[in-house]
Amino acid sequence: MKPAPFKYYAPTTVEEALTHLAEHGYDAKVLAGGQSLIPMMNFRLVQPSVLVDLNNISELSFINPDENGGLRVGAMARHHQVEVDPLVAIQAPLLHETMPKIATAQIRSRGTFGGSLSHADPSAELVSVNVALDGRFRLRSQNGERWVPAHEFFIGLFTTVLQPDELLVEVALPAMPVRSGWSLMEVARRPHDFALVGVAAVVTLDENRLCQQARMVFLSAGDVPMVAHRAAELLKGQAPTRESIRAAAEIAASEDIDPGGDIHATAEFRCHLANVLARRSLEQAFERAAGNE
Amino acid sequence: MSNLFDLAVTVNRVRYERAVEPHILLSDFLRHDIGLTGTHVGCEHGVCGACTVLFDGQPVRSCLLFAVQTHGHEVTTVEGLGTIDNLHPIQEAFHEAHGLQCGFCTPGILTTLVPFLEQNPNPSEAEIRAAISGNLCRCTGYQHIVDAVKLAAEKMRA
Ligand SMILES: Cc1cc2nc3c(=O)[nH]c(=O)nc-3n(C[C@H](O)[C@H](O)[C@H](O)COP(=O)(O)OP(=O)(O)OC[C@H]3O[C@@H](n4cnc5c(N)ncnc54)[C@H](O)[C@@H]3O)c2cc1C
Ligand code: FES
Ligand code: FES
Repeated sequence: MKPAPFKYYAPTTVEEALTHLAEHGYDAKVLAGGQSLIPMMNFRLVQPSVLVDLNNISELSFINPDENGGLRVGAMARHHQVEVDPLVAIQAPLLHETMPKIATAQIRSRGTFGGSLSHADPSAELVSVNVALDGRFRLRSQNGERWVPAHEFFIGLFTTVLQPDELLVEVALPAMPVRSGWSLMEVARRPHDFALVGVAAVVTLDENRLCQQARMVFLSAGDVPMVAHRAAELLKGQAPTRESIRAAAEIAASEDIDPGGDIHATAEFRCHLANVLARRSLEQAFERAAGNE
Repeated sequence: MSNLFDLAVTVNRVRYERAVEPHILLSDFLRHDIGLTGTHVGCEHGVCGACTVLFDGQPVRSCLLFAVQTHGHEVTTVEGLGTIDNLHPIQEAFHEAHGLQCGFCTPGILTTLVPFLEQNPNPSEAEIRAAISGNLCRCTGYQHIVDAVKLAAEKMRA
């Protein structure tokens, strides 16, 4: 099928884009990389009557360092741009490792950081990774702006706190504390497919090499990115041994996630994979944290 | 709803000016508006790779881009790679190594490979398989495609 007709705007500034959104409200859709929106339009699952194309707004495609050793990523930074950015490789190694796992090269050349987050697919790597990294999102409308922490941004399946007149404009990622380690692991039937289950882990050790914080965020394991709260409680203050890691992975896979079953995998199989991935990712993350004084 | 957009785009080094409706996909514009039917359309949702073209030198899905979005940009399709008398080395290699059977997937694979081989003149087999992982082929079983890419890399290094 083909997309239904729409009125097309290609603003060159954020101001201009916000004006169109304010005017058209629920009738309008924002077009970023189009790699999720256009397939849905081709199938006529969505038929916006107005499309506001962000691709000519150059002020949104930056990747910059911030004053506190963190990183600022503009909403229109392409997946490929993030993948090859030297600053990302140094300051956000988890993000750097994540990018090649997203779709294929032809999708990464168009798809954007902000588009993936706004789309809020619980199977999208960036959604879980941004929660794991404690990212903060800057949203703008004609009425002003607000900052929303990543873990409050995603409120349901493909649903965020974004209002129809709001744009996600940038993401702030804090610097990782010392003695921190990271890991992203997933199982997909083919390398670039959406994962059956995956997990992003970020851990920090204290001066005595005990676990100060362990954050695991699962993808494809519920309607939103699933934060493993109980596993984190279990690990806090513990030495990261084989046993403590094994116990945390068990709890995460049995109590912290809520995967569904579909033609690709049953819920039970997803829980099994989550358990194995949680264990392996914690092992890798703690190992990296220990080497990262 | 008629709201025509005046599009000016360079395709295979030729400038085209056309009035198009914004909802026309680049794949359909190439095939129906300017008659370049070398770009194939399989799935129209980004999965099969048959519609891959180069957009300012980067491989993209032409089924996931509106034609109006190419205004002021450059597009290269399989027709822009070589001519019958003067094939691109990648096309030569696909011919010689039997890298195609029905040929439906071939234009998308060739356009994907141009920037890949320019950036990776000596790719490993694993790198080659990763590079073409976004292009489905129902005929070859991929082995001859991989052979063709190795041969193409050799030709391009020479
Ligand atoms: C074949 C295929 C395989 C894929 N595999 C994967 C994968 O393995 N992992 C993965 O994570 N993704 C995958 N994707 C999705 C891809 O990463 C998309 O790029 C991404 O989900 C959406 O980003 P986009 O920039 O293309 O957004 P668009 O498609 O342009 O937009 C998506 C939605 O977000 C809204 N939106 C976009 N930007 C903003 C903004 N700045 N502010 C407010 N709203 C906004 C749009 O209105 C729309 O509703 C795949 C896509 C395809 C076609
Ligand atoms: S037709 Fe575009 S990817 Fe299949
Ligand atoms: S040669 Fe027939 S699909 Fe590839």
